Amino acid sequence: MAVTAEQAAVDLREPSGWRRAKNQFATAAMWFAFLCMLVPLGFVLVTVIAKGASVISWQFLTNSTVPPNILPANVDGEGAAVVGTLEITGFAAVMAIPLGVLGAVYLNEYGGNRPLARVLSFFSDVMTGVPSIVMGLFIFTIWVLHFGYSGLAGSFALGCLMLPIVIRSSYEMLRLVPNSLREGSYALGATKARVTVTVVLPAAIGGIVSGALLAVARAAGETAPLLFTILTVEATNPNLFHGANTTLSWQIWENAQQPYAGAVARGWGAALTLIAIAFILMIVARLVTARFARYSR
Amino acid sequence: MSATVQAGPATPAGPASGLSSRRPLGDRGFQVLALVSGLLVLVILVLIAITMSQQSTTWFTSEGWSGIFSIDWDPAHGKFGAMAFLYGTVIVSVIAIVIAYPVSQGVALLLTEVVPRRWAAPIVSVIDLLAVVPSVVWGLWGILILVPWLQAHIYGHVASAVNNIWILGNLFGFLNHNYVSGASFFTAGLILAIMITPIVTSLSREVMATVPTTDKEGAYALGATRWEMIRGAVWPHSQTGIIGATLLGLGRAMGETIAVALVVGASPTISSHLFTPGYTMPSVIALQFGEATVGVFRAALIGMGVLLFLLTIIVNLSARAIIGRHARRMGGAA
Repeated sequence: MAVTAEQAAVDLREPSGWRRAKNQFATAAMWFAFLCMLVPLGFVLVTVIAKGASVISWQFLTNSTVPPNILPANVDGEGAAVVGTLEITGFAAVMAIPLGVLGAVYLNEYGGNRPLARVLSFFSDVMTGVPSIVMGLFIFTIWVLHFGYSGLAGSFALGCLMLPIVIRSSYEMLRLVPNSLREGSYALGATKARVTVTVVLPAAIGGIVSGALLAVARAAGETAPLLFTILTVEATNPNLFHGANTTLSWQIWENAQQPYAGAVARGWGAALTLIAIAFILMIVARLVTARFARYSR
Repeated sequence: MSATVQAGPATPAGPASGLSSRRPLGDRGFQVLALVSGLLVLVILVLIAITMSQQSTTWFTSEGWSGIFSIDWDPAHGKFGAMAFLYGTVIVSVIAIVIAYPVSQGVALLLTEVVPRRWAAPIVSVIDLLAVVPSVVWGLWGILILVPWLQAHIYGHVASAVNNIWILGNLFGFLNHNYVSGASFFTAGLILAIMITPIVTSLSREVMATVPTTDKEGAYALGATRWEMIRGAVWPHSQTGIIGATLLGLGRAMGETIAVALVVGASPTISSHLFTPGYTMPSVIALQFGEATVGVFRAALIGMGVLLFLLTIIVNLSARAIIGRHARRMGGAA
């Protein structure tokens, strides 16, 4: 005790001015970084809403004839694109979500630490990074060259994009299911398939659904994989399996390159519709997560 | 991480338990179904490599290595060199990373070290919203709003300010005759930066969340300010993981198509001047595929898809390997 008393008193006050200034500067820089994210988001949302809202009407959303570019915005509508987006993305989801969930079931329930499961898990991560335009070219070479353009080909391309995302998010959710649930069911004599279907999957369903919805939201906005798979049409094509089709994303892509005021306005209207669809899916995903947040971390 | 306890889900009692040694058909069928779904990923990746290489062989055979990597792109005269597109892809992605890296690091640090937990939710919402805005909407906004604005109010002033400064003049100066273009390498990089920031931010945040609290508290106990704690405890611990996250962002940037195609200016040129129009591999595929009915033209565009596929696979493999090594090391340390 006596020794410490003789030493110079430890300085417990605030750090010296220069160090404190650096710290405050760093904190300010972090907030500035956040501002850099916020500004473009706010800018794009305000612009799309301001320019899109005046175009959108019931007629715009449902009229099945896409007018020529030179016509003004209040003629006909983008109903064909709305229908195309819903059927192509919907069918992609119908294919990719069950397959993705089953793949995740294999990785977590059957694969464990086996080399094959590790390899598959690694490559599904790698597949997440394959550019969407490559998926489009792939479906073009393997499907469109033989069977022609159709909504189905677009669904294949979007499905390929969704598959690894669904696998990854479902896998993360299955990992959170406590082992005691599985053990309890095995103790009752259930087979592994039964345990998985009736106990494990229901326990993880909230996270799986919200992950799948986010994957659908991303796929609905994709354009590049559709450029070489669905072509585009000017009238609603309800047949997913035959003939060219069109989507909102394609209409935006086409109208963005037009000099005509009517076409540009239709582009903004389609952009607002597409953003609304994506945001609604995202909000539903969040609600589902909140509702089923039983086994979340 | 207690790897031994959490090694995997429990397995049902085997034949040794004496209850039943035969597995019902449905049980076995379900396992096969799951395995097939899992294998689908590998099948698709292998098919991509095979079918696309097949469709692009005429490009390789008719042009040769020197032809492929030449700068001449003139479909009308049968010249299909990809160098300008390769150059544009690299330049635009590098611009995107240079802009996105500091922003995402700042926001990730803000989320993990600065704001209290209940303030984190709205910030995460902003990141999620940014991630869900479709590429084509960024492109529409870029070409109709951002490009004209940058051309009218920003690029000209910047170019005249730095035109005579060494290096800066080469990058941001006038190409000739006071020429700057709103649709340019730099605009494409800027839009890409906005698009890849969410993914780099959330991955970096996950990495930073693995820094042990004891390390951070130790730094504070030594009298460090928050910034000193970040430099001394957070960064050394999360360095490799952040490199991996940034590489994943780079992979994304390289493959991004639609937004870039709309704002890059669509001119196959190699120039150090960033305020001039350029081209990238994905955007040339998107913009010219419709006209590509001739054999070699189409093969060249598909071949560029193959190059793009290889490039992004390499970037992703290294990113995943780095992240995996980081996770294993941290898992062992904790």
